[in-house]
Amino acid sequence: MFNRLLLYLELVRMEFVNNLAYRSFYFTGILNYSIQIGAYFFLWDAVYVGNRVIGGLDREAMITYVIIAWVVRSFYFSNLDRRVGTDIRDGKIALELIRPYSYQMVKYARSFGEAAFRMFFFAFPAGAAIYLIRPFTLPVGWDSVAMFVAAVLGAFVINAQISMIAGFAVFFTKSPTGVYKAKRVIMDLLSGLLLPISFYPGWAREIIQLLPFQAVSYLPNMIYLGKIRGAAAFEVLLLQVFWIAVLGFLAHLFWRFAVKHVVIQGG
Amino acid sequence: MKLIEARGLTKEFRIFSRSEGVMGAFRDLFHRKYRVLRAVDEIDFAVDRGEMVGYIGANGAGKSTTIKMLTGILVPTAGTVTVNGYVPHKQRESYTKGIGVVFGQRSQLWWDIAVIESFKLLRRIYDVPRADFNRRLQQFDDILGLSSFLNLPVRKLSLGQRMRCDLAAALLHNPAILFLDEPTIGLDVLAKSKIREFLKEINNEFKTTVILTTHDLGDIEALCPRVAIIDQGKMLYDGLVDNLFSQWGQDKLEDIVKRIYMGQKPEPGLAGGGVSLV
Repeated sequence: MFNRLLLYLELVRMEFVNNLAYRSFYFTGILNYSIQIGAYFFLWDAVYVGNRVIGGLDREAMITYVIIAWVVRSFYFSNLDRRVGTDIRDGKIALELIRPYSYQMVKYARSFGEAAFRMFFFAFPAGAAIYLIRPFTLPVGWDSVAMFVAAVLGAFVINAQISMIAGFAVFFTKSPTGVYKAKRVIMDLLSGLLLPISFYPGWAREIIQLLPFQAVSYLPNMIYLGKIRGAAAFEVLLLQVFWIAVLGFLAHLFWRFAVKHVVIQGG
Repeated sequence: MKLIEARGLTKEFRIFSRSEGVMGAFRDLFHRKYRVLRAVDEIDFAVDRGEMVGYIGANGAGKSTTIKMLTGILVPTAGTVTVNGYVPHKQRESYTKGIGVVFGQRSQLWWDIAVIESFKLLRRIYDVPRADFNRRLQQFDDILGLSSFLNLPVRKLSLGQRMRCDLAAALLHNPAILFLDEPTIGLDVLAKSKIREFLKEINNEFKTTVILTTHDLGDIEALCPRVAIIDQGKMLYDGLVDNLFSQWGQDKLEDIVKRIYMGQKPEPGLAGGGVSLV
């Protein structure tokens, strides 16, 4: 058990170091994110003409929301769905079956190594740079900071689990790109990355609240903004734990099915 | 107690057969037709500790499918299999600690990182004590000559170098059984002989059981006293290579195997005593 933990930590470290070798890849990423954040900044700046309050957020809160949402996304985002999907499509998953470890844990560990790299070399510098150009609201108190950090970690796990399940879905559809695109659109819309959930009409909000996606972006952002504090913030963390358990169970079922029905090319 | 014991081992694949034309494609949306392919058909197979067995067959004969069932990758449709005291597909995580697998067609090492980093990670994965790890690595290096490219990433290695690394990687944890699926595919004569020499030495020193599929009968002649021949999922022959020669009265293994693949039987009267064509 302890040995396995060491192995997964080693994988986190390895992926982190590995990513250092591909720095140029991240420069294009930084450009991409700058354009996204810039575009949304001007969009919301235009929408908030006058002193309006939409969906419980004023102009300043909205701009902070957009910046935080994208900076945090640069941390939790991963290509896990593509990696798992490729493993399944190319039959590489067979090679993973001959190893005495948990395939999913290995994937999560490597993803986390990548996320840690993105945090240090991407999210922190980007956040600081943006703050210098256009100061945004900082958290109202240390309790908000602590809860926000915990919620972002939860967001990473939930996003990784959803990606894992999307990757396993390739097993059924045999059309990976469709799955990846669908997952991306669903995540962008229902997590609150593009639009805070409070902007949606009532019926849509009621549905979204029953789904795990809002725990990835919307709820952590609201904790950052101080709109969710104290006991309510703690409830968000509990909700995340609940979804981690449910999604973990689902992913386990998918994995069991995939292993049983693994089909590999070749005599 | 045999190290590997399979009885009535069978694997069927369901293959979706597409109907022709536009109407056919439309029909397939609602009603899919499947055809069942029996890749491995009730094979009995037993191997003792320390044996080196060659497993050959034409393309698509069912070799790799058998290996994949023995290694726990595929779940058999029917039959039983125990290897090293485990049921491979059921006790995967404990079972795989005691085996090594090499697929000639694809590397199991991490593509982008230095070979030595892959090895170190494998040490963690298999919980190999550091002293054992260093000793074995030294020994593999002596025979295979790895040291010159241990610090290169796998993507920069030649096929021969990669294969040597893959072999070393599969043996770092001193497994009881080594499964090799076409380990010499695409290699030059020198690389081949190096790998054969290495396998012989490993088998000799550690009593590692080796199961090897190949299309190169030179591998069999150099390494395996015993050969199993499979065609269309059925075991055609399982016995000593020497007996094949006396059965067929030929002096080239290649000719014999060709005839077996073509479905011919040895001429009666030539068959040596105690030899069975399964």
